[in-house]
Amino acid sequence: MSLDFTVIPRMTDLLLWGVMWTVILSVLSMLLSLVLGALFAVARLAPFRLICWPVQAISWVFMGTPLLLQLYVVYFGLAELGLNLNAFTAGVIALSLHFAVYNADIIRAGIQSIDTGQYQAARSLGVSHLQAMRKVVVPQALANVTPALGNMMIALLKESALVSAIGVMELTLSAQRAISQTFRPFEFYLAAAALYYALNLVLQQALRLIERRAALTR
Amino acid sequence: MDFDLMQRVWIFFAQASLTTIKISGLAILLGLCLGFVAALSSLSRLAVVRWPARAYVSVFRGTPALIQLFLLYFGGLQLGMEMTPITAGIIGLGINIGAYMTESIRGAIVAVDKGQTEAGRCLGLSRAQTMRRVILPQAARLMVRPLGVNSVALIKGSAIVSTISVTELTYTAHRFISSTYKPFEMFILAAIFYLIIVTVFMRLVDWIDTRVALKE
Repeated sequence: MSLDFTVIPRMTDLLLWGVMWTVILSVLSMLLSLVLGALFAVARLAPFRLICWPVQAISWVFMGTPLLLQLYVVYFGLAELGLNLNAFTAGVIALSLHFAVYNADIIRAGIQSIDTGQYQAARSLGVSHLQAMRKVVVPQALANVTPALGNMMIALLKESALVSAIGVMELTLSAQRAISQTFRPFEFYLAAAALYYALNLVLQQALRLIERRAALTR
Repeated sequence: MDFDLMQRVWIFFAQASLTTIKISGLAILLGLCLGFVAALSSLSRLAVVRWPARAYVSVFRGTPALIQLFLLYFGGLQLGMEMTPITAGIIGLGINIGAYMTESIRGAIVAVDKGQTEAGRCLGLSRAQTMRRVILPQAARLMVRPLGVNSVALIKGSAIVSTISVTELTYTAHRFISSTYKPFEMFILAAIFYLIIVTVFMRLVDWIDTRVALKE
């Protein structure tokens, strides 16, 4: 069968619909994964083992198993236990939990990399613990970890393709829909790849801007 | 949780994890070969050699592995390139991880002090000799851990080949779900095997890393 790329324009609406939902899904998961990641990082740094250990166990499990499997557990597995989530919600939850664990590791390392002298200096100037963390340690840590967190966000955008496996209508699934109508997998998967690549370039530019902002606040 | 059921079927999951290990192992080998060639090419003085390697890294790191796999398997079928799912899985995963490994290997080579190259060249070694005898042995130590991290990502990423019906761990879980209607138990069982494989593999990487570091 020869290639025929003229079929792609006929499916523009479907593909753009997919792009829109991939963006919505990814951005939501990115924000959630950052918030959860920060919470996990704080919990890991907590001086109480009762808080520290469960979070450590969670991160071991999430880092040691495939994201696809985690998606299936959240969507199909929890349904068996009586918790019925729609595919989109399940996708967002699995993606953000998975990446939150990695983000937490990055944020924790960033906080620990800040010289303790910074914290001690703030404390000796009469600043409270919380304020010292919020105004002195965290801003410096954030500037250091922004590039690493950016890489996770890029990974998240690509991995969001996996939610097509639980039936979320995003870019990958819309390409599959187009294929089932035209029987042209090569053309449409190539088109989907190109669209993901374009989204990736946009995200990289956005991250570059954010990185520059974060660096300036030092 | 139906532990009885899990006890009855775990042996099939153990067998399936052998398939996961086999696919991952072969894909890692393919990725290492591609990674070495592409890393050396991307450091070449010749733009004709450098450019394709950089394009390979950019394209395969910039698009989802799932799409690459579908393109290879379903797109390949359309173009008359028929492959068994398992072959497509190994090639697709290998090419994908090769792009990440290129960056790990390139990073390790670049991290070796520039003075080493200069010293090698001053002593009359050719550029190729300097790379082979001076830089690469030192870079090899630095790349163990990053390549280990890439490989762990690949082992977990190998779950996606279940979507083209390779009977590895994730697919086996699916098969047992359709006969037992117990998704939670079956996925947990698969997760346990992934955790074992990944944890053991990471220990192995740690061990190699300390071994090569000791020679310093």
